[in-house]
Amino acid sequence: MEQKNLKEEILRISGVNPRKCMKCGKCSGTCPSYEEMDFHPHQFVYMVESGDIEPLMASGSLYRCLTCFACVERCPRQVEPAKLIEAVRLTVIRQQGQNHLKPDQLPGMLDEDMPQQALVSAMRKFAK
Amino acid sequence: MQIEEKFEPTIVAFCCNWCSYAGADLSGTNRLQYPANVKIIRVPCSCRVNPMFILRAFQRGADGVILCGCHPGDCHYTTGNYYARRRMTLLFSMLDFLGIERERTRVEWVSAAEGAKFAATMNDFVATVTRLGKNRRLEDLRCKK
Amino acid sequence: MQRIGVFVCWCGSNIAATVDVKAVAEALGKEPGVVYFEDYQYMCSEEGQNKIKNAIRDYKLTGAVICSCSPRMHENTFRKAAAAAGINSFMVEIANIREQCSWIHKDKVSATEKAIILGRAAIAKVHLNAPLTAGESPVVKRALVIGGGIAGIQTALDIADAGFEVDIVEKKPTIGGKMSQIDKTFPTLDCAACILTPKMVDVAQNEKIRIFSYSEVDAVKGFVGNFKVSIRRKARFVDEVKCTGCGLCTEKCPQKKVPNEFNLGLDQRRAIYIPFAQAVPKVATIDADYCTMLKTGKCGVCSKVCAAGAIDYKQKDTFVEEEYGAIVVATGFNPIELKKYDEFAYSQSPDVITSLEFERITNAAGPTGGTLLRPSDGTHPKKIVFVQCVGSREDGGGCGKTYCSKICCMYTAKHAMLTREKYPDTEVYVFYIDVRTPGKSFDEFYRRAVEEYGVHYVKGMVGKVSPENGKLMVRASDLIEGKQLNIDADLVVLAAAIEPDQSARPLATMLTASMDTNDFFTEAHPKLRPVESPTAGIFLSGCCQGPKDIPETVAQASACAAKVIGLLAKDKLTCNACVAHSSEMLCNGCSTCEKVCPYGAISYEEKEFRMPDRTTRVRRVASVNPAVCQGCGACTVACPSGAMDLHGFSNRQIMAEVDAICK
Repeated sequence: MEQKNLKEEILRISGVNPRKCMKCGKCSGTCPSYEEMDFHPHQFVYMVESGDIEPLMASGSLYRCLTCFACVERCPRQVEPAKLIEAVRLTVIRQQGQNHLKPDQLPGMLDEDMPQQALVSAMRKFAK
Repeated sequence: MQIEEKFEPTIVAFCCNWCSYAGADLSGTNRLQYPANVKIIRVPCSCRVNPMFILRAFQRGADGVILCGCHPGDCHYTTGNYYARRRMTLLFSMLDFLGIERERTRVEWVSAAEGAKFAATMNDFVATVTRLGKNRRLEDLRCKK
Repeated sequence: MQRIGVFVCWCGSNIAATVDVKAVAEALGKEPGVVYFEDYQYMCSEEGQNKIKNAIRDYKLTGAVICSCSPRMHENTFRKAAAAAGINSFMVEIANIREQCSWIHKDKVSATEKAIILGRAAIAKVHLNAPLTAGESPVVKRALVIGGGIAGIQTALDIADAGFEVDIVEKKPTIGGKMSQIDKTFPTLDCAACILTPKMVDVAQNEKIRIFSYSEVDAVKGFVGNFKVSIRRKARFVDEVKCTGCGLCTEKCPQKKVPNEFNLGLDQRRAIYIPFAQAVPKVATIDADYCTMLKTGKCGVCSKVCAAGAIDYKQKDTFVEEEYGAIVVATGFNPIELKKYDEFAYSQSPDVITSLEFERITNAAGPTGGTLLRPSDGTHPKKIVFVQCVGSREDGGGCGKTYCSKICCMYTAKHAMLTREKYPDTEVYVFYIDVRTPGKSFDEFYRRAVEEYGVHYVKGMVGKVSPENGKLMVRASDLIEGKQLNIDADLVVLAAAIEPDQSARPLATMLTASMDTNDFFTEAHPKLRPVESPTAGIFLSGCCQGPKDIPETVAQASACAAKVIGLLAKDKLTCNACVAHSSEMLCNGCSTCEKVCPYGAISYEEKEFRMPDRTTRVRRVASVNPAVCQGCGACTVACPSGAMDLHGFSNRQIMAEVDAICK
């Protein structure tokens, strides 16, 4: 997909207007998976706005987001970074055109330390 | 052979005293040309313009009516142009319903500093109305003797 | 039938070069009602004006049409000339054939034709002109200042300085406002009390100023120059005249468990109290919500210890009716409620405080005597995190404000600097989005905090504060270094957004003064009339108009006083002559005009009417106050029965102009 269309598509899927961002960094300040990510929530917002989307799509950070929505909840300007990350992820998945996680695979992945939230999120993330 | 006379539309412009009338004066001071078809009526505020005045103008044979006021938020009377905007929106949709071309009426915000905009707006409006031709739908011929 | 004279000006060659002035004069001379016409090189000159005056006298003219430059230029000149010749100045109309004809057209034929049409329109209007007189209204030479903070104090002092009487209405027991709670003031760091209390004393001692403390404005009637205000003096159960302010009762009162609002609830006071030592007026007040005597009738300790016999448990609210020429709104601000900001744990931990609470904790007269101690356990905090923009610059929907609160960057720098100065072993972090320090010596002040005092300024925002084992775990982002920080802080200070005082909205309704969506009062013009409300006679001082720091507030307060003095110095106000008026016979009492009027100039009254069958009927009809009406005409269009019309721009006049142009 063309760079410009890619951005438009992501904005359309997410319904997010990254221009509302005032670059305060509260999303990254609140993110529980911050240390796991190469690109942090505020960078997603900034990079999508500047059209620098390919590195985001190639990055594993997409799958580190727990979709806990803490950033959405706390963003003072209602930019909703998690929705943006979700949209980038969706774009990647749609380009691959297949699902990567099936419900019957889940029991095998269960882990005592794995929080429920992470599993549910993973389902939402991979099964779309 | 038929000689077609060049159509000169009659245009009435309502200008609010504080912004648009001053803007019209400024375009004069700067010698910016616009057609003589435009005749300006001074009103204290764009909200003074009763939709009836516009209908009256059309009835008496005006081919276009333009209402100029201060930019939203700049009204000398704080909220007058908002009233005008709402009223004109309603009037225009009624005119639309009556089959009067939407282009014959217009609302423009012209500040006291926008002489150039005033002239440009009038040039454009006169050209538009000239293209539309004579207003025959609302004109009441009994008013003309 | 009017006898109209037409005067066509050449304006040298400005008009005459493109408009055939003689042809215009002759064409207009043929119009009905025109009994005289003339053209002259310079109508506005002495000679030209004399021509007009002479023609009015010689031909017994009742109206005049001057075809000349813009009315914005010389309308007054010609009106004065007409008045000098003995006709009403509003019988003159100008046809603008210079700015709106000769200067914009090159073709002489069409320009002349247009000039004639513009002249005809003016003649048509003059036919319907009626003599108008601008009304006059007297000015009560007294001002009311609502709010006794630094803005109100400064405005009152300046007005009193000019020799006018001023009353201050303050809802709290003392004047002083927010500034009296502040410790030090930026950027010079002088103590707020040292510069404020002398001003408060000046107010108390000024013979021209009366203070109505513990009082609120109850009702406002009237208009510019003639406001009638009813002030509710809330019962304080202490005789203000007898009370000497000795404070003995405030020490003896057995009810000790009342949250002290002056210290923002950080400590407790008695049920009878004087908010702080330098209070003006220094009079005790009984808090009826907590006083045992008032609640159960069993106590009376304060009455027993009071040597002056000032305690009066039977006191009731009283009302003062007073007249004022001008009203100043100085209702000020409050920090917003932070309960909804769960992520900062404000309601979970006493060690998460607002900046105003921090002021009280560092204030020598505060609950800790000026020692910086944690509210929870009274220990010295070793690590302090300041969070800026809490509730400011948010995007709708939430509980925050969309605007920048303006003062937080500076007071946070002040707090950080003062902490580092007094306790150099304390680590101080300031999380900022932008540091906004426009103002004289402001940026230098902030840089000093960073460079000399070693305050850690971190570009980023705190995402979460969680209380853990007596510490506050602060998780935040450092956007420049690109990492997430986890700080175990002892104290977190939140720079809460500021909002207009709650009392402002009902007050605005009483005053018919307009407000923006944030409940800040709007000014008559954001650039050129910043201290006046669009409603005549209402003036704005301080934070009620928008966030301001102290220097700015004082500057605006003095500006406001200058405007009030300008109004009070007049003996009479000349009203606008072109005002709306309602035909009582047509008015159906629907109140539509009252709602659209931006000035509150229209009121309704019950009036008796004689009916054709000789009965009397009472009907509700609109009446316009000409002293308040500014003549915008919004009501004339809104009126469904066509009862409302505007002098000078009446429906018939404008229609006549339309007809003349379209003929």
